[in-house]
Amino acid sequence: MVAYIIRRLLILPIIIFGVTLLIFAMMSFLDPGQRASLYVPAIPRGAGQLDEIIEKYGLDDPIHIQYFRWLNGVLHGDLGFSKVGKASVLETIKRYIPASFELAMWSAIPLVWIGIQLGVISALNHNKLIDQVLRVFAIIGWSFPTFVFGLLMLMIFYAKLQWFPAGRLSDWASQVVLSPAFAQYTGMNTIDALLNLRLDIFWDAIRHLILPVITLSYVQWALILRVTRSSMLEVLRADYVTTARSKGLSEGVVIDKHAKPNALIPVATVSGLVMIWMMSGVVITETVFNIHGLGWWVASSASQLDVISVLGFSLFYAVLVVCGNLVVDVLYAYLDPRVRLE
Amino acid sequence: MIKFEEAEQALEADMEGGGRQPLRKLWDSVRHPPKVIQRMLKNPVSLTGIVLVLMFVAIAILAPVLAPPERPEEPYRIPRDGYLAEPKPPSAEHRFGTTEGQYDIYYGVIWGARTAFRVGVLITIATIIIGLLVGTTAGYFGGWIDEGLMRVVEVFMGFPFLLAAITLAAVLGSSPRFDRITTGMIALITFGWTTYARLLRGDILSVKERDYVMAARTLGASHGRIMMKHVIPNSIFPTLVVASMDIGSYVLNFAALSFLGLGAEPGYADWGQLISFARNWMPSLADYWYILVYPGAAILLFVLGWNLIGDAFRDILDPKLARGRR
Repeated sequence: MVAYIIRRLLILPIIIFGVTLLIFAMMSFLDPGQRASLYVPAIPRGAGQLDEIIEKYGLDDPIHIQYFRWLNGVLHGDLGFSKVGKASVLETIKRYIPASFELAMWSAIPLVWIGIQLGVISALNHNKLIDQVLRVFAIIGWSFPTFVFGLLMLMIFYAKLQWFPAGRLSDWASQVVLSPAFAQYTGMNTIDALLNLRLDIFWDAIRHLILPVITLSYVQWALILRVTRSSMLEVLRADYVTTARSKGLSEGVVIDKHAKPNALIPVATVSGLVMIWMMSGVVITETVFNIHGLGWWVASSASQLDVISVLGFSLFYAVLVVCGNLVVDVLYAYLDPRVRLE
Repeated sequence: MIKFEEAEQALEADMEGGGRQPLRKLWDSVRHPPKVIQRMLKNPVSLTGIVLVLMFVAIAILAPVLAPPERPEEPYRIPRDGYLAEPKPPSAEHRFGTTEGQYDIYYGVIWGARTAFRVGVLITIATIIIGLLVGTTAGYFGGWIDEGLMRVVEVFMGFPFLLAAITLAAVLGSSPRFDRITTGMIALITFGWTTYARLLRGDILSVKERDYVMAARTLGASHGRIMMKHVIPNSIFPTLVVASMDIGSYVLNFAALSFLGLGAEPGYADWGQLISFARNWMPSLADYWYILVYPGAAILLFVLGWNLIGDAFRDILDPKLARGRR
């Protein structure tokens, strides 16, 4: 186990180095004037001023010199400037994290739970009607483009029925949240409202979250369902389950105590991956529902060709993913001894 | 004198008795498609998928008949009926209505089927070829080459697929070298091949230690020959079949890029691009439902068709699950 962790920790810097190389390779497609956003908030329009900046920050230097200069900046937290965020990329990321994290958190908890429950039901009724129905629903789920699903939700429940609002908060609620009497501990409206004991704000925030949460999770629970199902099917055929049954244990005990714990190990890994992939869904969902979070910012930056912001965020997120993967893998090795022995 | 090829084949047949049976069966079931297709036609789920895909094939082929282009030299430009900002509901003249800027939705949906096939097939072929090259090289040679290539794969996998594609599309779009469709496709190809490389490497590793590969090596067969004649047919063919069904998911992701304004340009016959018009009419989307519903249904049914077939294939080709079915 220790050797495994050490091996993975040794590889980690290599992967992160590779990630920076890939990001910088993409950056080198830009011309020097576009790369100037790395160092100055706004590119001046005056004659010769751009050339001065290119000269000053060495944006015409040989590529490897530029790479190490950029890497040095990145290691000091300097990812450049965002035009859409009107601040440095890192500050913009910090500003938009709470909204996205809140959305992802409220989506992740129910989706993993529901996915596992349905997967177990599917496996226990293998090839019966309920299994087939859930299978078709799962396939429809991952065939549904997030933006089509989200826009349909908006069309039906917001534009037509007017059950749920769009955005993050109603006007009256955002005035309260921004007032000095309301302490913003986390930036997440639901959590802050609870900490401030304002149930009306909490309810308002939840009402705004329901449609985006459904949109973000519908596409993903299908995956958890399918993985739980196939892993459960495999375990149910294992010898130790047969042994447990032949000992005369009740079917409930066999499933809950013997089958489920082992069947859920791969589900844990996939759940980790789903959290990572969720970012793609967050970009689309936030754009559709006009929630000003990381995803909305990335999508607007990309469509306004504010490339330095997009690259900065990609770098930030990729490092997060690589470290997250490490944690998931170590957890997996801890849960499943077979991995350690390899 | 026994010919090299015959010796090779005889050895392969001799050395792998029982162990190779399931693989041989799989390979046979793919080489003689009637069996597979018979099974798929019997299953209502995969039958629905086949019908859906064939329907889109028909629409794509018949596009010039179903929606005759006004300017045949530029069939992918959606014809406009004036420049009025407000979308118009379905009428006799515009069967599915018009978007803002009066692009005809019916025309866009019909010709969009051709765009979908073109984009989906090209991306799928390109990603599979790259994955095949990287995966087989890593798996077959092993050692440092394998280590290095797998680290490269991990670096690419550090980026969530759509986010990576958005990033690259924005980079390439900022200094236009290609048209927008090509830009979107390059972005998806660059980050799409990694899963295949990993899966194929695993397949190769499991086959390469088999006796018949050793035997072919002893006979002095070249690396390329061993790959083409022994390893690929025996190991990775099922993976390739399943991967080819990913057309649907690439079309889905391309549509997402178009929706964000990073794929097809406005006025191009592309489903995602048509739906991006809906973004400007959010509060009154109930009145302008046709901007969303027709192209949205087209994407959903297209992707669903491929996924239904892919799912059935996966079941048939996955021996582990097949055993359980009895």
